[in-house]
Amino acid sequence: MTGPTVNMQRLRGFLRKEWLQIIRDPSSIVVAVILPMVMLVLFGFGVSLDAKNQPAAIVIETAAPEAQDFLASLRATPYVTPTIAPDRQTAIAWMRTGKVRAIVVLPEDFGAQLHRANAAPIQVLVNGTDSNTARLLAGYIQGIWATWLQGKAQAERTQVQTIAVQSRIWFNEAVDSHRSIIPGLIAVIMTLIGALLTALVIAREWERGTMEALLTTPLTKTELLLGKLLPYFALGMGGMVVSTVFALTVFGLPFAGSVWVLLLASSLFMLVVLGFGLMASTITRNQFSASILALTATMLPGMLLSGFIFDIRSMNPVVQVITHIVPARYFVEILKTLFLAGDIWPVILPNMGALALMATILLTITARKTTRSLE
Amino acid sequence: MSAGLTFEGLRKTFTGEAGTVTAVDGVSGVIAPGKITGLVGPDAAGKTTLIRMLAGLLVPNAGTITKPPGHVSYMPQKFGLYEDLTVEQNLVLYADLHGLDQKARKETFAKLHGFTGLAPFTDRLAGKLSGGMKQKLGLACTLVVTPEVLLLDEPSVGVDPVSRRELWAMVQQLQNTGIAVLWSTAYLDEAERCDHVMLLHEGTMLFDGAPKDFTARSEGQTWRMALPAKAAEKRELQRAAAALPGVIDSQIQGRALRLVVEKDAPAPTLPGLTAEQIPPRLEDAYLAMLHPPHKPPPIVEHTEEVGSGELIRVHDLTRKFGAFTAVDHLSFEVQRGEIFGLLGPNGAGKSTTFKMLCGLIPASSGEAHVAGFDLRVARADARGRLGYMAQKFAYVGYLSVEQNMRFAAGVYGLSKKEANERVEEAIDAFGLAPYRSSACGLLPLGIKQRMALACAILHRPAILFLDEPTSGVDPVTRHEFWARINAMADAGMTVLVTSHFIDEAEYCDRLAIIYRGKMIGLGSPEEIKAQHDKGGAGLEAAFISLVENYDREHPQ
Repeated sequence: MTGPTVNMQRLRGFLRKEWLQIIRDPSSIVVAVILPMVMLVLFGFGVSLDAKNQPAAIVIETAAPEAQDFLASLRATPYVTPTIAPDRQTAIAWMRTGKVRAIVVLPEDFGAQLHRANAAPIQVLVNGTDSNTARLLAGYIQGIWATWLQGKAQAERTQVQTIAVQSRIWFNEAVDSHRSIIPGLIAVIMTLIGALLTALVIAREWERGTMEALLTTPLTKTELLLGKLLPYFALGMGGMVVSTVFALTVFGLPFAGSVWVLLLASSLFMLVVLGFGLMASTITRNQFSASILALTATMLPGMLLSGFIFDIRSMNPVVQVITHIVPARYFVEILKTLFLAGDIWPVILPNMGALALMATILLTITARKTTRSLE
Repeated sequence: MSAGLTFEGLRKTFTGEAGTVTAVDGVSGVIAPGKITGLVGPDAAGKTTLIRMLAGLLVPNAGTITKPPGHVSYMPQKFGLYEDLTVEQNLVLYADLHGLDQKARKETFAKLHGFTGLAPFTDRLAGKLSGGMKQKLGLACTLVVTPEVLLLDEPSVGVDPVSRRELWAMVQQLQNTGIAVLWSTAYLDEAERCDHVMLLHEGTMLFDGAPKDFTARSEGQTWRMALPAKAAEKRELQRAAAALPGVIDSQIQGRALRLVVEKDAPAPTLPGLTAEQIPPRLEDAYLAMLHPPHKPPPIVEHTEEVGSGELIRVHDLTRKFGAFTAVDHLSFEVQRGEIFGLLGPNGAGKSTTFKMLCGLIPASSGEAHVAGFDLRVARADARGRLGYMAQKFAYVGYLSVEQNMRFAAGVYGLSKKEANERVEEAIDAFGLAPYRSSACGLLPLGIKQRMALACAILHRPAILFLDEPTSGVDPVTRHEFWARINAMADAGMTVLVTSHFIDEAEYCDRLAIIYRGKMIGLGSPEEIKAQHDKGGAGLEAAFISLVENYDREHPQ
C-alpha cells in the first residue's frame, strides 16, 4: 500500500462518494461560494482605510478676509466636514465629547502671519485616539492648507515660502483604499475557506468509523489524499472565481494582469491552504480540534501578518521574518500586483515559488502522517 | 479448501498516558475454514486488538500471522457506513474500492441483495436503516469480494433478536461455502452455536476448543432450584442462595433459580427448597472460570417513602414526529418496587416512550403520571423524583470517580453535607473505594457502570430509569449489575428498563413488548413465554413469534 499508485476505478469511486456527500450536505458549498461573497460585502464595504467626512471644528478669531476663503476650501473637500465653533473652549469641549475629530484655529493675527516668512498662521489639533485616522486627518488638513496657499499665491502672482510638490500616486491614482484592500481581502478569505473546507474531511472519516472500513480496502494513500483534495480544490477555485468577479463588478476594481497567471497562482495557493486543512485533519483525527486549528492558524495571521492591512516593511524585523510562514502574505502580494499593476514577473515569480514550496511541504507532511494502519 | 488463518504468539502493547498496557499477550490459534470460530471475553479482554492485528490494521509487537493466499475481509465493530449515502451508493463505493468490474459487480450485487434482503431498500439512505439492517449492509459491503477469511468484530451488538438471528443465518451460509469465519461476541448463546470457541481474558487465551468441551468443564456445577411465584420473595431467595458457601452465581430464570457452584461444592440447599442438578451451558462454564468476586450486594436504603401502588401510570400515551407516529396509544401501569421492562427492536418507540416518561419531551396526546406527578403540568417535579442511567456512559472521563459523584450530587441539588454523606455511603455500598481517585475514563466498563448507577440514585429517587444498561456487556458484569438492581428493587425502588436484549428482559417482573410504536404484548416473562412460544424455546422465540405475527397481520 505504499508508493504513488493510482487506480482510476478506485479514485473515481472515491471521488464520486465525496461528491455525493458534498451534495447531500451542502454546507461545504455554502462555505466555498456563499461565504466569500458575504465576507467580501461585509469587509469590502465596511473596512475603509480612508478618512472621509471627518467632523472638524473651525475657530475663526480673525476678521481677515482670507479666513473665509480658507474655510471655503475646507468645505470643498470630501475629507473634512467643518463646523464653526464660537470660541476655543467650545471647540475643545466638542473634541472631548467626540463630536469633532479635529480643531482648526485661525488666530487673531492670521492675516499678519500669512505674509510673514517662517510663521505659523493656523493651529491644527487632532484627536489621536485612533492614530491611523489622526495621521491621515492631519495630513489632509495640511494638504488643504498647502493647496490653498498655492492657489492664493498663483492668484496674487507672488512667490510664497512653500515648495510646490507635484505628486502622483501610481497603481491607485485615486488613492482609494478599496483597491488595495479587496485583493488582500480575497487572499485572507480564501485562506480561511480553503483550510476550513479540508479541515473536517479526514477527521470526519475517523470520527464516524468509516476510516477503519476504508483501511480494509485496497485504497492507497495517494488515492485517499487525491480523493479528498480534488473535490475541495474545485470548490475552492469556485469560491475564487466568485470573489474575483465580485471584486471586478461590485467593487469596480481594475484587472491589470492576465487571467492565466491568476489561475496558476490561485491553484498554487489553494493547494497550500487545502493542504494545511488536510494536515490539521490528519494529525488531530478530530473534527473539532481540526477546525479550531484551521481557524486560529489562518484567520489572525492572515489578517495581521499578510500585509493585507498592515504593511510588512514597517513591522519589527523579527515579526517580518515570521510573516514568511504566512501563506496569505505571498498571495496578497500576487493579487495586489495582478489587479493593480499587471504581470510583473519579478514580483509574481518569487511569491509563486514560495507558495509552491509551502504546498509541497504541507502535502508531504500530510502524506507522511497518513497511515494505512490504526497505529 | 484453504488452510484458514493461523496466528502464533501474538503480542500487542499500547503506550498511553496511563503507562504501557499489554492488550494481547502471547496468543496463538487457528481460524479454520468452513467453521465459525467464536471469540468471547469480557470488555477489554483484547478481542478487538487481536482482530485488528489479524486484519493487518495493527502491527503486533511479537508473533506471526500466516494468512491464506485469498482475501481476508474484516468488518469493524462500528462498520463505517456512509450514512448520507444510499444503500446502493455504499455498495458501489466498496465495489469500486475493491476493483470489481461491471460484469462481476452485477452478479455480486444480485447475490448480496438476495442474501441480505436489502433489495427493496437500495435507494434508502444508510442512516435511515434500522440497526440490524445497517449491520447487514455492513456485512454486504465487506463481502463485495468473496473472502477466504471473514473477521467480524461484535456484529450483533445493538441488533435486535430478529435481525440477530438473520445475521447469524447469513454467516452460516458463508461458512458452508468453506469460508473461515471469526465472530467476536459478548453474547454466550452465540458462542455456544459456534463450531469452535476462543476465550480471551486480560489478553491471554483461557480456552481454545469446541464449545461443548468448554461447557463440559463445569459439569456437575450447575443447579436448578424451583421457586414460588411471588416477585419480592423470589429476589429474596436469590440473595439467600447467592450467599450460600460455594455459590459462584445465581440468576433468576422464570420461576426458578439457576445456580453455578464451585467445583466439588455440595448441592445448594435453602429451607424448604431443593436443587436438582442440570446440564451446564456455556455461560455457566464462563462464569465458573472467570469467577467473579461474589458477594450479594447490600440493600441500601435509597428511596424515600412514596407510598405504595402505581408509581407510573400511562394512558393512551402518543407521540408524533410530523406524520410519523413513534409511540401509538400506549397504556400500562408500574407498581412500586417492580422491575418493568420495555422490550422491542431498534426504532420501535422505546426510547421515545422513555424520554416522555423522563419529562425530556412532551407527549402529543394521552396522559402519563410519574411518582404522583402529572407530566403535562409538573415535568420538573417528576424529574426530581427519578434517577436516570443513560445507555452510553455519560460521565466526565478525566475526573475521578469521587469527583464525578460529587458533580452528580451537585447537579441534583444536594446540600454539601448531604452530598458528603451520600457520596461516602454510595462509594461504600457500590464497592467503589479502590477506584475513588482513579480517572473514570480509564476504568473497566463494569466499574464505570457501577459508578453511573451510584450517581443515578444519589438523590434517592423513587424510580430508576435504565436505558439498555447491559447491551454488549459480558455475563460476569451483567450478572453483577443486575444483582444490584434486584437489591434496590427489594428496598422499594421502582425500575423501568428498556432493552432489545432478551437476557435483560429475563430480569424483569413484567414486560411490555413494543413494536412499531404499539404495545403488542404485556405480562411477566413466564406469561409471555407461555402465550407466545409453544415450543418452549424461551423468551427470544416468543418475542420473535410476536413480532412476526404482528408483521403478518399489519403488513407495511
